[in-house]
Amino acid sequence: MHELSIAESVVQIASGHADGRRIIKVRLKVGHLRQVVPSALAFGFELLAEGRPVEGAELEVEDVPAIGSCRGCGAESRLESFPLQCAACGGFDLKLLDGEELFVESLELEKV
Amino acid sequence: MHRTAVKKAVLEGVLDANDALAQANREKFDRAGTYVINLMSSPGAGKTALLERTLERLRGRLRLRVLEGDVQTTLDADRLARFHVPLVQVNTDAGFGGECHLDANMVRSGLGELPLADIDILVIENVGNLVCPAEFKVGEDARVMVYSITEGEEKPLKYPLMFRSADLVLVNKVDLLKHLEFDLEQFLGNLEAINRGVEYMLTSARTGRGVEKWCSWLERRKSA
Repeated sequence: MHELSIAESVVQIASGHADGRRIIKVRLKVGHLRQVVPSALAFGFELLAEGRPVEGAELEVEDVPAIGSCRGCGAESRLESFPLQCAACGGFDLKLLDGEELFVESLELEKV
Repeated sequence: MHRTAVKKAVLEGVLDANDALAQANREKFDRAGTYVINLMSSPGAGKTALLERTLERLRGRLRLRVLEGDVQTTLDADRLARFHVPLVQVNTDAGFGGECHLDANMVRSGLGELPLADIDILVIENVGNLVCPAEFKVGEDARVMVYSITEGEEKPLKYPLMFRSADLVLVNKVDLLKHLEFDLEQFLGNLEAINRGVEYMLTSARTGRGVEKWCSWLERRKSA
């Protein structure tokens, strides 16, 4: 249940950027290879948001597909699951380009 | 309807705060010349039992110390206390009813009690859990995983994040191989699929198999 720690961090980051305004939406990007359970994250976020600038805000979680570039043939593949394998040549030696993200992308703030 | 919201770009990593603290821990370890291992596993895989064997064997060879992380109790620290080496217990239950992992700040809070300059290798025994500890750096030089063969061959596929982040996997409880229908080759294949070329050792805390090899690995890390 590390989602609670992650949710707390999201709440802190968002609150720090609120400039005293109400936060309507928090956009979070989560790489496909992260082991983050969205429902647990949403639950933690709602729980921790109470009484803080993010109270009532929507948490929008975008799943970022995992993309790897093959060191063998140079092709780029979308990686759905392990083992991480090149879709073109079947090689396993891949450089991960996307899929490990975990960051607050942006906020939607109430206009004043 | 007119627009009432404005967008503000943030682009801030959720784990940045933890990573910065981990980096600060790491710099502190480096200054003291202490090599740090983040030891992770599921509950009951044998981390503490292996550490007992390790402390026995390395006595007089290497100054190895332990920082114990547990949700509650000092049971593990009590087991290791008989080796009369400095030891710190960090309980994680000050969080939301018991954090499932150590983070960089918890480790930092435990460091004050440790004489780092007199420590060659510090083993941070993480909370037993195959998911959460993998997400949180604590300032370690290497991640070592203890996996026990009673857990089943498929675990690397089910918990890829942790298996992928390991620098060394200790395949423990191999004394039970003859009693189980465990397929070692299949497990090693799954491990290789998740973490290509990762180093592993077969160990048994009960019989002592592989413990010397693991101790030599630790000594090489110290002298590197």
